[in-house]
Order: sequence, then C-alpha cells, then structure tokens
Amino acid sequence: MTKEYAFYPGCSSQLKASASNYLASVDSMCRTLDIKLTPIPDWNCCGASISYAGSGEIARHALNARNFALAEKHLPGQDIVATCAACWLNARETQERLAEDHVLMRDTRAALKEAGLDYGGETPVKHMVEVLIEDFGYDALAAPVVKPIEGLRFAGYVGCQTNRPFGIAGESFENPLYLDRLVETVGAEPVAEYDQKVACCGGALAFSEPEKSQMQIRAIVESAYDHGADMIVTPCPLCQANVEIYQEEINRRQGTKFAMPVVYYSQLMTIAYGGDAKDAGLDGQMIRAPRLEEIAAAPASPRRGI
Amino acid sequence: MSAAAPKPAPYGNDFLREVEERVEGGDWVRMCMQCGVCAGSCPLGPHWEHSPQKIFMMIRAGKRDEVLRSDSMWMCTSCYNCIVRCPRKLPITTIIHGLATYAHRQGLAPRVQPTRDFSLQFWGNSTRTGRVNEMKLTIGLYFRDGLVAGVKKGWSMRNAALGLLRAKRLNPLELLRGHECEDKAGIQRILAKAYELEDARRGKPVA
Repeated sequence: MTKEYAFYPGCSSQLKASASNYLASVDSMCRTLDIKLTPIPDWNCCGASISYAGSGEIARHALNARNFALAEKHLPGQDIVATCAACWLNARETQERLAEDHVLMRDTRAALKEAGLDYGGETPVKHMVEVLIEDFGYDALAAPVVKPIEGLRFAGYVGCQTNRPFGIAGESFENPLYLDRLVETVGAEPVAEYDQKVACCGGALAFSEPEKSQMQIRAIVESAYDHGADMIVTPCPLCQANVEIYQEEINRRQGTKFAMPVVYYSQLMTIAYGGDAKDAGLDGQMIRAPRLEEIAAAPASPRRGI
Repeated sequence: MSAAAPKPAPYGNDFLREVEERVEGGDWVRMCMQCGVCAGSCPLGPHWEHSPQKIFMMIRAGKRDEVLRSDSMWMCTSCYNCIVRCPRKLPITTIIHGLATYAHRQGLAPRVQPTRDFSLQFWGNSTRTGRVNEMKLTIGLYFRDGLVAGVKKGWSMRNAALGLLRAKRLNPLELLRGHECEDKAGIQRILAKAYELEDARRGKPVA
C-alpha cells in the first residue's frame, strides 16, 4: 500500500541546487518503496543553523511554524518528512519549543495570523531515515534489493544534525549504527572502525571559517582512507557538500591527494533497487563514483540465498 | 604604605538577570555546574578564547562587556555535541546562538566577524523570497571583502564552482531569478510582526 507523506524538500534539494542529486535518488528510492511524497505547498526555508543573528527567536520559529501550518492546511493527516538534516532539526526544534513555551506559542501564532495561517503543532515531522527505519524496517528495505552492492566498503559519516540533538530513536549519540545497517541492507560493507562517524564538518562555518572547517573535513576524509573505505556515505546534504567540495581545496593548500567519493544512503538504495546512474543522481557527484556507476550499469543478477 | 588597593567592584547579578530576561535560552545559565564537558566537546575548541563553561561563569560574574564583545560565541558550528553531553541538560547551542544574537543587537559584537556576516546574509537571502538563492549567497560571500578579494577568492575556488556547475548543482541563472515562495507578501507580514514582538521582548536593536 502506498505510504503518503507531506514532503519538506528544503532549499538545497531544489532543481540545480547543491543537493539536487540527493532529491533525484530519494525520488527513485521512494518509487521502489511505494512512498508518495507531496511537497508542502509554498514551503519556506527553515533558516538552517546559521540564521540566528539575523532572525532572532520569534521570526525563526514563525517561519518553521508556517511550514507546519501549510502542511496541516493542505495535507492534513500526513506526517511531514524532511530529507535535509537542518530542515528536520529546525522543524522539530520549533515544534518542541512551542509545545513547552506558551508565550512563544502565542507570539508565533500572532505572527502567522498576519498571513492567514494557524499552527496546530500535532503533525509529526520525521527525517527520511526515520521513515525508512521506523515505518518500513530493515527487512522491508532489503526486500526490493535486486543488485547487492558487493565488494565496496563505506565509511558511514552520520555527522551532526541527523544525530544530535534529536537523533534517531534507539541510537546512541556517540556511535549510532543505523547508517552502517543501511549499508549492510544494500549488500555493502560498512567500515565499523571509522572514527569520524559523528564528527562535525564545520557546517555553515565552512563558508565563514574555511581554514578551521577544512581541518575538520581533512580528518573526516583521512580517516576514511586510513580505514580502507572506498567511499563515504552520509544522510546530510551539508555534510555531503562540504566533504566533497573542499577536498580539492585541501589538496591544493595542503598537498594531499584526496579523491574520496561522498554519496547519500538513498543513492546506494536506488542502485541496489536496480536504478541506473541517473536515477541515483550519480551524475551529480563532483568526485565521481566510478565503481558505483559500474554496478549501476551492470544487469541485475538473480537474487541468491532466498 | 602606598595608597589603598582599589576597591573591588561590587558583586552584582544584573547581567545574569539581563541574560535571563533577554537572551534566548538565557534562563538556563544559572544551571551550569562548571564541569567543562562542553569545553572538551567543541570541535572548534582550539580556536576560541572562552568556552561555553567560561562564558556562563563570566555572565554570573557580571562581565557584560567581555562576554558580549567576545568572538567565541561566533565559533559555534551547531554540531550539538555540547547539548547532548551536558549533564545538566542545558541547551548550550541555543544559549550560545542567543548570546551571539544579543551581542549583535546590542551593537557589541566584533565589527569584523565572518560568521556574523554570513548569518545576516543568509537570513536576508532566505527571507527575501522565502527560499535560499545559493548562487547569490555564494557570490555575496566571495565579494564580502570587496571586488579584488572576491575575484581572487572566486579564482581560487574556480574548480569547485565549475565542478558544481558541471554536476548541475549550481545555477548561474539564479542571479537573475532563483527559487521563490508564492506568498512572499505573507512571509514579509509574518516577519514584520515577529520582529515587532521580538523588539518588545528584548528591546530594540542598537544602531
């Protein structure tokens, strides 16, 4: 049966934006899993993690509450799902703060009223990973695999905001295991000893404090090499962009020779489900992932062992 | 005997009260037990002068100017390590963002602070149409320090930019028109009201 969600794609997932390849693979993955994503009509930016100085408290929460209000109005009864870590975090934070602070709730609703909207606050907001794990489960995710991604080792880079402060239920903040389990689900091998799993890539400070952030990114890539990973996999669009884009800058400045592909969990799942390189958004990699492209181009082998 | 030693400043908690009343998350500051786990958990720890732990004690010691003029709050990457590790469950990330914001509103934040500039640019960029225009955001950052610096920075990052263009993850046409919300007018009305309520609660921004 089709599962329907109110979809909050976020700015980076839009056409020709920095995570458009993430969206391509999510769309393909959802087709296989029979998930119907209906974008929240006229959704707006969550403010990411950097807006605070400009936004203050109320405006930030009001804009996040606007997305809830629009979802509740146009797509009632559907859980909201976000693919971006920051979108998900900000939406959840707003929901939590408004629930515990009645003054903030009053002010936020007063602001929303200016646009003829109201906030109910009852709609759950989930990260796509939560939908996969909680609404489907690893067995259901493994069922459609027609092309196991065998022979490749992935460093599961969970990063910060899909992991803290909310995280995925039942996982630890220091060593979450869900990404490794998703890697196993598609037939690949997770690098269990990858020690930068929950390190910070610098986030928005990759722009404003590039040298400091690039020290973080260097460690994240270096550890993947040191532990024999073929690629890094991540659930976060900013982790993906920072860790992929700045490798060349680090090479230029520090004489390293990094060329470590950084892909999304949804790209692995799309390929394992039989999608081609375009379905998986592999044409959107700055550092191409030829070994994944090869698997994507190969015919699906009959499933073994079942 | 020389003159008497200068009288120590009288101990007062005016600044603590100010923070509690006016800073987002500020009412948590007195809960800090000075264990230092936040200081040891911060990825940018080596780069800042005052850890959250120190900032919280400085607030309680009434060091208003030193706190609000500090560069340290602007080093927060929003990784939330400090929050999940704090044994007293202080929302440290929120408090640090709140202090940075308050310092900015009071006109006391460091004049040259790239993360503050980025914060203001991002918020302006994303609220103009309701959605981020990544192309304008990138260009704005490059040319923050003027034309020459911008061209230099753009040149040094040209391969990254070209790579993103090739991968169709950066769109030069966004300079003309990017992604937008339909109800831009409604968003502006929401913001105007929110700013009005924020000013009433925290005082109007200085300058």
